[in-house]
Amino acid sequence: MKFSELWLREWVSPKVSSHALGDQLTMAGLEIDAIAPVAGTFSGVVVGRVLAIEPHPEADRLQVCTVDVGGAEPLQIVCGAKNVAVDMRVPAALVGASLPGGLKIKEAKLRGVPSFGMLCSAQELGLAEQASGLLPLDGDAIPGTDVRDCLQLDDLMFEIGLTPNRGDCLSISGIAREVGTINRLAVSAPDCAPVEPECDDRMEVRLEAGQDCPRYAGRVIKGIKKGAATPLWMQERLRRSGVRSLGPVVDVTNYVMLELGQPMHAFDLACLNGPIRVCHAQPGSEVALLDGRTVQIEDNDTLVIADRDRNLALAGIMGGQGSAVQDDTADLFLEAAHFIPAAISGKARQHGLHTDSSHRFERGVDPELPVRAVERATALLISIVGGAPGPVTDVRLEGGVAPVPSIYLRSARARKLLGIQVSDEEIEEILSRLGLSLEVIRTGEWRVTVPSYRFDLRCEADLIEEIVRIKGYDQLPDCRPLIHSGVPPLPSHVERGTSRIRYAMIERGYHEAICYSFVGEDQQRRFDPDLVPLTLANPLAADLAVMRTSLWPGLVTAALYNQRRQQPRVRLFEIGHRFLKLDNQEISEEDMLAGIVWGPLLPSQWSSEVRAADFYDIKGDLEALFPGLEYVPAERPALHPGRSARIVGPDGTEIGWIGTMHPETQRAADMASGEVVLFELRLSAVLRDTHAMFRELSRYPSVRRDLALLVPETVLAEQIRKTVYAAAGSLLTEFEIFDVYQGERIDSGLKSVAIGLTMQEISRTLTDDEVEGCMREVVDRLQAEHQARLRDR
Amino acid sequence: MQGLESIIDQAVREIGAARDPASLDDLRVKYLGKKGLVTGYLKGLKDIGHEERPKIGQAVNQAKERLQILIRDRQHTIETAELAARIRRERIDVSLPGRGQERGHLHPVTQTLERIESLFRQAGYEIVRGPEVEDDFHNFEALNIPEDHPARAMHDTFYFDAHTLLRTHTSPVQIRTMKERKPPLRIIAPGRVYRCDSDVTHTPMFHQVEGFMVDEDVSFADLKGVLSDFLRHFFGRDELAVRFRPSYFPFTEPSAEVDIGCVICSGRGCRVCKDTGWIEIMGCGMIHPRVLANVGIDDEAYSGFAFGIGIERMAMLRHGINDLRMLFENDLRFLRQF
Repeated sequence: MKFSELWLREWVSPKVSSHALGDQLTMAGLEIDAIAPVAGTFSGVVVGRVLAIEPHPEADRLQVCTVDVGGAEPLQIVCGAKNVAVDMRVPAALVGASLPGGLKIKEAKLRGVPSFGMLCSAQELGLAEQASGLLPLDGDAIPGTDVRDCLQLDDLMFEIGLTPNRGDCLSISGIAREVGTINRLAVSAPDCAPVEPECDDRMEVRLEAGQDCPRYAGRVIKGIKKGAATPLWMQERLRRSGVRSLGPVVDVTNYVMLELGQPMHAFDLACLNGPIRVCHAQPGSEVALLDGRTVQIEDNDTLVIADRDRNLALAGIMGGQGSAVQDDTADLFLEAAHFIPAAISGKARQHGLHTDSSHRFERGVDPELPVRAVERATALLISIVGGAPGPVTDVRLEGGVAPVPSIYLRSARARKLLGIQVSDEEIEEILSRLGLSLEVIRTGEWRVTVPSYRFDLRCEADLIEEIVRIKGYDQLPDCRPLIHSGVPPLPSHVERGTSRIRYAMIERGYHEAICYSFVGEDQQRRFDPDLVPLTLANPLAADLAVMRTSLWPGLVTAALYNQRRQQPRVRLFEIGHRFLKLDNQEISEEDMLAGIVWGPLLPSQWSSEVRAADFYDIKGDLEALFPGLEYVPAERPALHPGRSARIVGPDGTEIGWIGTMHPETQRAADMASGEVVLFELRLSAVLRDTHAMFRELSRYPSVRRDLALLVPETVLAEQIRKTVYAAAGSLLTEFEIFDVYQGERIDSGLKSVAIGLTMQEISRTLTDDEVEGCMREVVDRLQAEHQARLRDR
Repeated sequence: MQGLESIIDQAVREIGAARDPASLDDLRVKYLGKKGLVTGYLKGLKDIGHEERPKIGQAVNQAKERLQILIRDRQHTIETAELAARIRRERIDVSLPGRGQERGHLHPVTQTLERIESLFRQAGYEIVRGPEVEDDFHNFEALNIPEDHPARAMHDTFYFDAHTLLRTHTSPVQIRTMKERKPPLRIIAPGRVYRCDSDVTHTPMFHQVEGFMVDEDVSFADLKGVLSDFLRHFFGRDELAVRFRPSYFPFTEPSAEVDIGCVICSGRGCRVCKDTGWIEIMGCGMIHPRVLANVGIDDEAYSGFAFGIGIERMAMLRHGINDLRMLFENDLRFLRQF
């Protein structure tokens, strides 16, 4: 909402500076977004009256004007504007004047003719972005008057960012009420007295939309003057409210809307085939709008203004093409209706429209305004374009407008909610000035009746907010609540564990990434082609269209981003949700820990040779953080089939995946070459609410035996480990694979695996026989289960 | 046969010339070993009388002692020299960088969340989390934002279907928690939120912390105190100016927008505060009685406050980050700075 400060001060003018006034509004909840001068900085520009115009002897496009600027002698001023005319009043910048942008006016010769000043356009005075021709001033402007005074340009434009509950402040009238209340000043409203009818013409109005439109006021005005211009003061006020001047009739309806808050419309009476009907449009019908667009009606609750033949306008949103006031309109029909918010809300957006009218109706317009607005508009119109008004039609639906609510208010409740005592007198003063009426039930208790323009006051808390809003939030003390003390439990193991993992990851050289939770469908398909992702109905872009089923696409994008910025190595992790659509259509959201590694294992350094990080480096990181998990060879799209594993828990729970990125996928994703390792784990599956329990230490020596085995290359280390543990039984306390070799010295198809077993008993020293027996069992079982044999020394 | 004196002279010369422990050891054997020149001296003398023997024996013993001391001293000298040489040899350039893995960095958003969580945890608030895919009821209806409410236009919601959406704020966690549990409640709910908006100052995903307290006697003045404390501690400035100004949220009444004195220019006016000296930092208010009623809490017996903090803004102000979008580009050069 933009408005002129001077206009507001005509209603109520507290003795505070403009900026203090702005602060008052901000601190009352009407936040000032901007305060700006209404015109450029200029001086020395006066009203000039063009007395005579002669053609320029040397230039076709220039004219030599004689201009009365209020001095003893008229001045000769050369002018290039096309619209200059004899007797016209225009801004004349005198010699010595300074214009916006720093231009200084001097005596000059234009193509040989002396010129003693400059006639100005609105643009040249900083009143408009652009202008064609001189700014015509009102015909009664007195030559010599400073243009700044003439147009009241020493004014500021206030812009307020209103919250959606304050539809009542979308007018000078509403803002003035606030300012009056804040400053405890009376507010003076303009005269809206009834204008006596001068003819009997009226237009029949039928309300056929039930509660959606409970009230409609209208009036015929006949025989208006053609070619009249909107007075400059009104044009200026509209301009300072951000509204363009479009001719006197439309300007007056806009002016009344800005002044009182009632959106209005003027129909060309000749284009109406009465009666006027307010109804829900027939599905399949159309409305041709003022902006040239045609809207197709699809639903059955779109409110329109129609006549006998057709839809005329989208009610409360925009007028129609074929019935609007034109330059040659002689008779018109003024409309000021009340549409309830629910009838307009969403409708404008649905058609891609947002108008000053829909903005107000969606937030609530005072149902008591229509007749006042019609009277005010009539008076203004007649003063500009003349004409004979008919009687005011005021059609009301039986039991139509919802009754204003009355609310029970207790000062004790206010005290409890606010933390301070506000006196009964202050409560009464504030609420009355805001237009609420209070009836005392007993001391400190009232029945409060809310005015029809306050759609946001519906319960006691709403009234308490009004009290403190006007009193000032800064008047409340800063208190600290009393709390029930006690020893609160620790944060959950998931909270604690997640934080611990984050720190562990960064200690191991991973940087934390945060990626968007939505990715492109192609990216998602690259990693999880078999999952149907959750798809946004209204994505911002194709690459943000589906919810991620894995954190990998985001991390790959981040890795790529860094590769393209010459980063030689990438080591990133992220903790965040993945989103799965389950078979029963439910949505599963789960916190995942995922990572991506590419490039050298260590940062480039002077000493050691730096090698590329590989699968085992990353697996080592995971094993350090999450011991006791099993890595089972498994294939998955996007991963190298020979270098990927499903990670499972000791009880077989699915934990996640680790693998080298498939070279094909890597190429498709445009990533630089070199092994890319990815991992992803279900966080909840690796965070256990457990703590370690002590196991007795043995005081007897342990025995270590090493074995060099030859096994088929397909045998997994994990299979060997399991067999050894099963064979050795409880004596085995440690198991280690300390060498794996495959190559020239061994038959192809085989590999050499060197293992070390440590055995120990808790209560005694092991005998050689026991150890040897155990080792024999191990060797036999390895041979039986994995065709392992001892390697010749 | 050589005289004892000359043996000793020779030994002293040779010991003095020894350069390493091995040759010194050889000398020990040569002179003091079982068959050494000094040890064996007495045996080598055949024709001496009884009276002579003890004298010569004594001289031999004295010579042995003297040579032992000489050898020990020489050994010490050699070792000292060797150690000094070794230490010279082992000198390194300690200014060369150390070896090994670098340390990663926590994302500034995470660091900001942790700081906020720690502050409220100290005050006894509990962390609760909720789903990011929400339904219309929890995200809007229960928060007093019915369909077609103009406030919905402020939210720019991502939808999956008519009822399922990405939460536009962390406030639904308030509803979920209050439905399940009874006051007194002190909760914060951090997490990701989503709005269909993307430009220089908006990303379609960002983070919020919702906080609320419900008890028998919680007032707006309490809210002011709690948030003022929080903001001053968060920014580490005891003198930080904090102001509350009326605003509108459908789920609080009264509602307030909280401004802090610009932490960049200290209120003198700059680009960040748009020359107002104030920075809008969070929204808050007293929980709307209808919201309490929606979750079955007696709004006469209980009252509560709620607030919502935008994490990215807090992180940017705290770390002086001037471009929101950098937070989600995951540029390592950016991440390494925090």
